[in-house]
Amino acid sequence: MDAVLLGAIAKTLFIILVAVGVFAPIITWVERKQSAVMQDRIGANRAGVAGITVLGLLHPLADVIKLLTKEDVVPQGASRGLHLAAPLIAAIPVIASFAVIPFGGVYQFGDRTWNLVVADLDWGILYVFAVASLATYGTVIAGWASNNNWSLLGSLRASAQMISYEVTMGLSIVGLFMVFQTLRLTEMGLAQDDTFRLLGFLERFGWVDTLPGWLAWLQLPKWGLFLQPLGFVMFLTCVMAENKRPPFDLPEAESELVAGYFTEYSGMRFGLFYMSEFIEVVVIAALTTALFLGGWTIPYLPQETLIGAITPVFGVGVATGLCMVLHVVAFFVKVIVMIWLQMQIRWTLPRPRYDQVMDLCWKIMLPLSLVNVFVTALVLLLWGNGS
Amino acid sequence: MSAPEWFFYGAGALSIVSALAMVLNVRNTVAAALSLVVTMIALAVIYVVLDAHLVAALQIMVYAGAIVVLFLFVVMLLNLRSDTFAPPRQRLLKAAGVVLALGVTAAFVSLVPSSLPTVRELPEGFGGYRAVGTELFTRFVLPFEVTSLLILAAVAGAVVLAKRRLD
Repeated sequence: MDAVLLGAIAKTLFIILVAVGVFAPIITWVERKQSAVMQDRIGANRAGVAGITVLGLLHPLADVIKLLTKEDVVPQGASRGLHLAAPLIAAIPVIASFAVIPFGGVYQFGDRTWNLVVADLDWGILYVFAVASLATYGTVIAGWASNNNWSLLGSLRASAQMISYEVTMGLSIVGLFMVFQTLRLTEMGLAQDDTFRLLGFLERFGWVDTLPGWLAWLQLPKWGLFLQPLGFVMFLTCVMAENKRPPFDLPEAESELVAGYFTEYSGMRFGLFYMSEFIEVVVIAALTTALFLGGWTIPYLPQETLIGAITPVFGVGVATGLCMVLHVVAFFVKVIVMIWLQMQIRWTLPRPRYDQVMDLCWKIMLPLSLVNVFVTALVLLLWGNGS
Repeated sequence: MSAPEWFFYGAGALSIVSALAMVLNVRNTVAAALSLVVTMIALAVIYVVLDAHLVAALQIMVYAGAIVVLFLFVVMLLNLRSDTFAPPRQRLLKAAGVVLALGVTAAFVSLVPSSLPTVRELPEGFGGYRAVGTELFTRFVLPFEVTSLLILAAVAGAVVLAKRRLD
């Protein structure tokens, strides 16, 4: 086997192990613990081995054992094949999204170039959208194949909600493509490894002198978050609606539809739906990090500066390696912040009515995203690449 | 055969089989729609092998990800179970259909050898979003804009029809 293939396999294993094997189980614990803190409870602390509970960290393990030993029921009148396949159809696209998300930059080791992404596609973000649009099927088929009215209502809601928010999700980051002039996620990351003067555009009007000195020269990292704040808010809303977690959990609203599209699932097949939601939380965090939070970059510390600073001590090779490790750590720190934000939203906002969710998408966010595209285009046209 | 060729022929065979499964399945509408999804994905694989990356992404996003989901949405909304769509048995019509299909296939196959393009070196960035976008907004800008007008007219028509029933 050649080095490229081996590298791709190693990177795939790394990202899947970290995201699916480490992050997703721990998030199920974070979800309980964070809700407990926010609601002034003690929270998950029962599961333990010989009285040792480690802050309830053994709960994910207990969950898995419970789910694996439960009976896997297929209800009467259900279409058996589709009922069994639906959790897989729901889980595979979510995991496949990791393929194009870079968890580190591009590094030069001697004459070999390393880039920390499984597939560095020129149309990277389109791949994510394409794969995400297939995730709808898992939900829809699960509801239909269960032969249960609540499930069917849940998957009807899911299909309408997911298609609607896909439209706005695509439109909300068109502005970002315009600013960075690329769809390749690694190039977006490299473009964000920079800073810009927040009020630099005022210089054209000669207003800089009227501002206090620090404000006039305030440098911000050139992140999508600062260049496209509206785009960030809308994109996060859309991907959270795609994920069907509260406050957008209408397809599975417990108080209305029992458990929605996965009412008839038990055992590990239910577990797969449950886990794919949490894996998607990680996907959302990684994607927003790559698009809006500068990806793997460390703010105010461009890659050349960092490598240049370490090189005199350790030499170029070790310095590049250290820089790579620091970048991967920076990426996962940002991912953790985004996961925390999603949990915070999940436990803060109540679930809106179904028509309100649809109104938010079609009547508020769609026009706003079009305005965002228009304004971004106007600014880029008038003042060049400054935003 | 090289890896791209394996993918090309594999996806081609899959698309034909799933398309047949979609057409021949008259009892279970949802299963037929899912066969259509498989056809769409197989076509997207073929596009990727042919270097048409943007078209492949759009194929999955628009056809597999949106249009067939809407088909399923309608099927589920009407809650059509099996046999609702089972047509009455009309042997003569079926025989005529088969003959016609065979005739069309024969005509198509006879045309293929003369219409195959000669192999050329692909230009830089072929099939990417930059190349397609440039073509779409320079050479084909009029058809593109006319199509958008057509879609707008369709949307307006759908709204009018739906509103009449509501009023």
